[in-house]
Amino acid sequence: MRLLSKTIRETGATLLVWGTATSITIPFLWLIGDLLWHGWPQLSLNFVLALPHNAGREGGIGPILVSTGLIVSVCMVVALPIGLGTALFLSEYTRNNHMYGRLIRGSLDVLAGVPSIVFGLFGNAFFCQTLGLGFSILSGGLTLACMVLPILIRTVEESFRAISQDQRLSAAALGISKRATILLILFPAAIPGLLVGCILGLGRAMAETAALIFTSGYVDRMPESLMDSGRALSIHIYDLAMNVAGGNPNAYTTALVLVGLLLTINLFASWIADKWTTLNQLPT
Amino acid sequence: MTLFSNIILSHSKIDFLFLWSLRALALSAGGLLLLVIVFLFHESWPYLTQIGLANVFTDHGWFPTEQSYQLTPMISGTILAACGSIFLAAPLGILSALFCHFYAPPFLSYWYRRMIELLAGIPSVVFGFWGLVVLVPVIAAWHPPGPSLLAGILILTLMILPTIMLIAHASIRQLPTIYIQSATALGLSQWATIWHIVLPTSRIGLLTGIFLGLARALGETMAILMVCGNVVQHPSHIFDPIRTLTANIALEMAYAVDHHRSVLFISGLLLMGLVIAFVSLAEILRYKTTYALTQ
Amino acid sequence: MDYAESTPDIRQAQDHSPAIQSWPPYQSTQLCCEPTAHIRAKNLSIAYHKHSVLQNVDLEINKGCITALVGPSGCGKTSFLMSINRLTDLIPTCRVSGQLHMNEVDILAPTTNLLLLRRQIGMIFQKPTVFPFTIKKNLEIPLREHGIHPKTSLASTIETALQQVGLWDEVKDRLNHPAQALSGGQQQRLCLARALVLAPQILLLDEPCSALDPISSGVVEDLIVSLRGQYSVVIVTHNLAQARRISDHVALFWSVDGVGQLIETGSAQHMFESPQHELTAAYISGARG
Ligand SMILES: Nc1ncnc2c1ncn2[C@@H]1O[C@H](COP(=O)(O)OP(=O)(O)OP(=O)(O)O)[C@@H](O)[C@H]1O
Ligand SMILES: [Mg+2]
Repeated sequence: MRLLSKTIRETGATLLVWGTATSITIPFLWLIGDLLWHGWPQLSLNFVLALPHNAGREGGIGPILVSTGLIVSVCMVVALPIGLGTALFLSEYTRNNHMYGRLIRGSLDVLAGVPSIVFGLFGNAFFCQTLGLGFSILSGGLTLACMVLPILIRTVEESFRAISQDQRLSAAALGISKRATILLILFPAAIPGLLVGCILGLGRAMAETAALIFTSGYVDRMPESLMDSGRALSIHIYDLAMNVAGGNPNAYTTALVLVGLLLTINLFASWIADKWTTLNQLPT
Repeated sequence: MTLFSNIILSHSKIDFLFLWSLRALALSAGGLLLLVIVFLFHESWPYLTQIGLANVFTDHGWFPTEQSYQLTPMISGTILAACGSIFLAAPLGILSALFCHFYAPPFLSYWYRRMIELLAGIPSVVFGFWGLVVLVPVIAAWHPPGPSLLAGILILTLMILPTIMLIAHASIRQLPTIYIQSATALGLSQWATIWHIVLPTSRIGLLTGIFLGLARALGETMAILMVCGNVVQHPSHIFDPIRTLTANIALEMAYAVDHHRSVLFISGLLLMGLVIAFVSLAEILRYKTTYALTQ
Repeated sequence: MDYAESTPDIRQAQDHSPAIQSWPPYQSTQLCCEPTAHIRAKNLSIAYHKHSVLQNVDLEINKGCITALVGPSGCGKTSFLMSINRLTDLIPTCRVSGQLHMNEVDILAPTTNLLLLRRQIGMIFQKPTVFPFTIKKNLEIPLREHGIHPKTSLASTIETALQQVGLWDEVKDRLNHPAQALSGGQQQRLCLARALVLAPQILLLDEPCSALDPISSGVVEDLIVSLRGQYSVVIVTHNLAQARRISDHVALFWSVDGVGQLIETGSAQHMFESPQHELTAAYISGARG
């Protein structure tokens, strides 16, 4: 009797677990399949390069790709040095229990949890209005930089911490200064981690919508300078789906392009990281 | 020791500069949070001082043209959507982690994990779009109108599930294998091992994942905005459309001025407060685990 | 026999530093090296977290000699080595007190130029710690950092260093390959070469052979012997046979009530054949430790 109930419980649990896995796989496949099914037929080089017409129902996404690229570049150009410097400072110049380091780390942890729409509010108030940058690619990029900073810092800091202490000791034993140790030894050794951090940040910036709605704006013209308003891919999808009747076909294709881009970037990153580790660690 | 002292001198000057520039960069990163909070407060200030925070709870509705800014329907919408999705995503996420670790054959486990990672990387606007064109019509056919709290909960579940699953999986993987081996040696069945050994010992990791997932659900904007209908009301059942705090900001920020704008910033502050609370809870838990491990 | 009689010329060539006067009269028949103290530790104590791990060490390390530090695990040998090139500074909780001199230079003085000090005192660790770059770059980095960039002779400097450690023939075709691809013994010799390119006066070796197989260990050991006379070598080893084979002087550390102490020191012959202290006798004979 007990044995029977035990068997029933085990079988039930197994069914439950497998059922869960299936029930998650189905919407996932549905989502990806749906994007491919509706988006793939329109996808062409022309779509990627052409200007949007008729509020985006027709034409392509050329200027939108350019704007996205610019926004993300601004974001990375600003976030990278700050992130790298902060990560270095946290991992090499502060002890774990150091007051200053703990304060910075704590505030970054909180910042990582702040919703992107709140960054949008902040960006609108600070960059667009207080600094007078208006709705522009620059404002959008700067806002995104604030948003990706915590994730960037954390991954980069972890990749510096992952380097064994022996490296630092043996560099010091050779009379190499701390700065030179960092620049010549730790920095190159941390490059894969650095790259992963960058890619994660880049992906997050590229996927972002809410923080951009009222910082970089909606304008779908080809941007002429960083002070122009520019529409990001994600905003284009949102706009086509919500505000443009009959915009769905192009929204599908744009979504496919966006997901494809994110996927490619991620694959590229793991490929480089792999290559780098093999180069450094395996005997040749 | 005067040999090469000139080289050393210039060395120390550069070192000094280097350290101070790092310090400055770290300060700017650390100060960012303060800057964000200061600006949110600065923009909220007119309403807070001239009308008072209490009014966002006691006004008779959300009518920006009539200077009536009641946030309670949005707050209830936010909380309902987030809690609903966590109730779905927490068990699903944990079961997925168990699937990966205990049930699936290695090949399947690997691909399932890759799939979840991929799911984590899909932008929220794409989730929202899929919800809008696929999920909402399905729900509408079942029980009109379609855009609803339910749609929001389902989409949010898909979005926060990877967070919970990946953190749960990481913490289950960290368990010493000896626990599981000795449980098996005692003749415990697989589910009994999971129920009595694995889940209790990894509960802090599981909770961390849930809190982080909750924080993400509270702050999510685009997907919710696209599938929830955005009607300002306290929903009476799960098929009613709702509007969340985040959707409210996204919808109205573009044309909000004066007090209207102030109130939107106040809702941003509210959101931030909620999220900070959950993130800190998760951090405290994480701190506790590391502390417990070092003891 | 007095050392002064056996090596009068060396003494004359040297100026009479206080170290020479305070030299303890060893009963030594074999004198390989200058009887000048290169490093003098007086009353040296080391503590981590205010918990003392080494107390009141008085030890002199002779110029050009190989001095072996032996003793059971955890008695503070590594800590002692690391205090000599002030690597202890990198451990935040570590405090070193007492006196430590290299020739006339006060090592522990706050004004001591650490980079220069460490350039003159090379150190090798138990685990080979090559940098994750090419073999060539491993040698170039310290050279460049110390402003020694003989642009024309960089390659020949590197070659000399590699030849000195007997690695040249093994790696001359793959200088641009990752150093981590080398075997453990080769890596350890590369580390030695990396220390030698800086032309140090003193070498600190912390169990340099313990992570290596017997063959590589033998190669590294021969290498260390070949350094006698040119460098003052301090080597920590758990291998008493090795200590006996290569060292001129031996110092025995022992942990008494959890605090490391210097028990006895003297020439290798003295320590191995007629130790004064019972602990030494017991340790040498393998009865303890
Ligand atoms: N970074 C540190 N923090 C705290 N205590 C330390 C640290 N490094 C060493 N100790 C302690 O100092 C004592 C001496 O350590 P040390 O490494 O000098 O011993 P050792 O003689 O080199 O041992 P072994 O032969 O095993 O290498 C030990 O009790 C050790 O626990
Ligand atoms: Mg040691």
